[in-house]
Amino acid sequence: MSAIDQLFTDLRVAGRKAFMPFITAGDPDLEFTADVLRTLVERGSSMCELGIPYSDPIADGPVIQASYTRALERKIKLRAILDMLQRLTPELPAPVVTMVSYAIVYRRGPERYVAAARAAGIAGAIVPDLPADEAQPLADACRREGLSLIQLITPNTPRHRALRIAERTTGFIYYVSVAGITGERNELPPEIAENVAWLREQTPLPVCIGFGISRPEHVRALAPVADGLIVGSAIVRRIAEASHKPREQVLRDIAEYVDPLLAAMG
Amino acid sequence: MPSLPDASGRFGTFGGRYVPETLVGALDELAAQYAKACQDPSFQAELDTLLRHYVGRPSPLYLAERLSRECGGAQIYLKREDLNHTGAHKINNTLGQALLTRRMGKHRVIAETGAGQHGVATATACARFGLECVVYMGAEDIRRQRPNVFSMKLLGAEVRPVTSGSRTLRDAINEAMRDWMASVDTTHYCLGSVVGPHPFPQIVRDFQAVIGREARRQCLDQLGRLPDVVVACVGGGSNAAGIFYPFLDDAEVRLAGVEAGGRSNAPGDHAAPLCFGSPGVLHGSFSYVMQDEDGQTADVHSISAGLDYPGTGPEHSYWKDIGRVEYAQATDAEVLAAFDRLARCEGILPALESSHALAKAMDLAATLSPEQAIVVNLSGRGDKDAAEIARLRGEEIG
Repeated sequence: MSAIDQLFTDLRVAGRKAFMPFITAGDPDLEFTADVLRTLVERGSSMCELGIPYSDPIADGPVIQASYTRALERKIKLRAILDMLQRLTPELPAPVVTMVSYAIVYRRGPERYVAAARAAGIAGAIVPDLPADEAQPLADACRREGLSLIQLITPNTPRHRALRIAERTTGFIYYVSVAGITGERNELPPEIAENVAWLREQTPLPVCIGFGISRPEHVRALAPVADGLIVGSAIVRRIAEASHKPREQVLRDIAEYVDPLLAAMG
Repeated sequence: MPSLPDASGRFGTFGGRYVPETLVGALDELAAQYAKACQDPSFQAELDTLLRHYVGRPSPLYLAERLSRECGGAQIYLKREDLNHTGAHKINNTLGQALLTRRMGKHRVIAETGAGQHGVATATACARFGLECVVYMGAEDIRRQRPNVFSMKLLGAEVRPVTSGSRTLRDAINEAMRDWMASVDTTHYCLGSVVGPHPFPQIVRDFQAVIGREARRQCLDQLGRLPDVVVACVGGGSNAAGIFYPFLDDAEVRLAGVEAGGRSNAPGDHAAPLCFGSPGVLHGSFSYVMQDEDGQTADVHSISAGLDYPGTGPEHSYWKDIGRVEYAQATDAEVLAAFDRLARCEGILPALESSHALAKAMDLAATLSPEQAIVVNLSGRGDKDAAEIARLRGEEIG
């Protein structure tokens, strides 16, 4: 059983839901990224999603784009990110999955990318610009190495297509709450609950919701209907302040931000 | 040659659809609507009427006698896309896509633009069809193509400056894609080149193929035979794909694409992925691209905003790999010299983009005999570049 399957099995037994923060690797440097990951897991995160900076992220809003740009301006390399994870993952009691563009995966080759990710202790890959129709080569490589390939379903995915995507997904399904890019939103569409409920009846896979979630009231509304929630931009925005604030302070700010969200998970 | 792309949107191994799931439905719908339009004679008839009475097609095939004599070799013919309404080939595509937008029942159009030619052509088509229009343009390109920015506003379009990344065409495409992610129900993305996810490379090529169909017929009428060489500039590659496509099966016709050679062959100094790049993924398709060892898109440079792009069309990548089209590059200095030459001996100001094709054609002409003929796609007019050329030369134009 993969680390992600084990996590959700345990959570279901305990009647709990997964809290999954997203942060960008190397913003502003990998040492701080490791500190933030440790803090997030200490506070009670079940799994962490680590964004591999990419030069042309078309699914991302201004906050995550800017964090990718900052990391790339400091010449962050995939090799260095994997080395950091290789050191960190053995001591981190929660799985790490990467959000990575297919441009980066293709450049290494799906086989080599997956092998390197596995060696670094990464549990799964989310590839936001790789629709299920193009995913076969990476899916094959992931299956061989036991890496989960988490695929995305959106509000405008037709239901017959959603079933096909679910069949090809391992780990969990990433349900995108809104048609649009990443970023905090005041309100989330009311039909999320119904769509996710339908999806959970069709598949044994856990379904986690991401995009736009940033407030305790979002969490209270959505945690009961999903297996997990993903929160990104609101944390990344706080990390951006590390350029002009003491790092200890930023870590405290992040803890103060996620604690109420974790409490709202129930 | 086989009819491409295949059902999965591939030209050989190139092309495909590397986009977020949110956009897949819209691309499916676009492909289906386009297939339906192709079967509908009234669609082609309406487009033909617009191209004739609104754009001014067919554009002339003009023998540049003085230029040919100066180069001392082959006869150089110019396919005068610069004489189209809005001053470039871009209008051929935007009118076609505006018709598709109407068929899909969408009322808002977004576009990216580099030199501003596609932005002006999109704003024009939107004004003609009463569609709301938003154009994304890199802040650096807004600076160097001011006249086009103002034209778009006069035509009722909103121009949104893009200040992320390199502030050029590539970032304008990113920003247009992000807009589309959130607006896909009501909005059509009118992509301006043969790049991006399937079906864009096919649709844009087909709408631009009118250039090659006309040029081929004009050669038969005016020369009594096909040309020896057809030359076009390649950024994303829409004018080149448009003029090459109808000549693909004419094995005796050499096809030459010219990329932006920039300041030098060093990385970052040019925008020539077919000459110096490697296969990778950018903006939704698999094609040659300038990238680093991690797959991060590399910075590029060109004197012309329309070619200042790190990627290229997947079909060009395919034509390169099967050897049907030869790809070369022209440097900024060669381009400026070609611009001057055409201005002074033919009385035509070519766009800096098109001047890349001219520069290569002039070199090539000198190696051929006077009985041979070269067709150059003069894809756009150069008025928009006058201010930038003055700036480069340190001249005041008041």
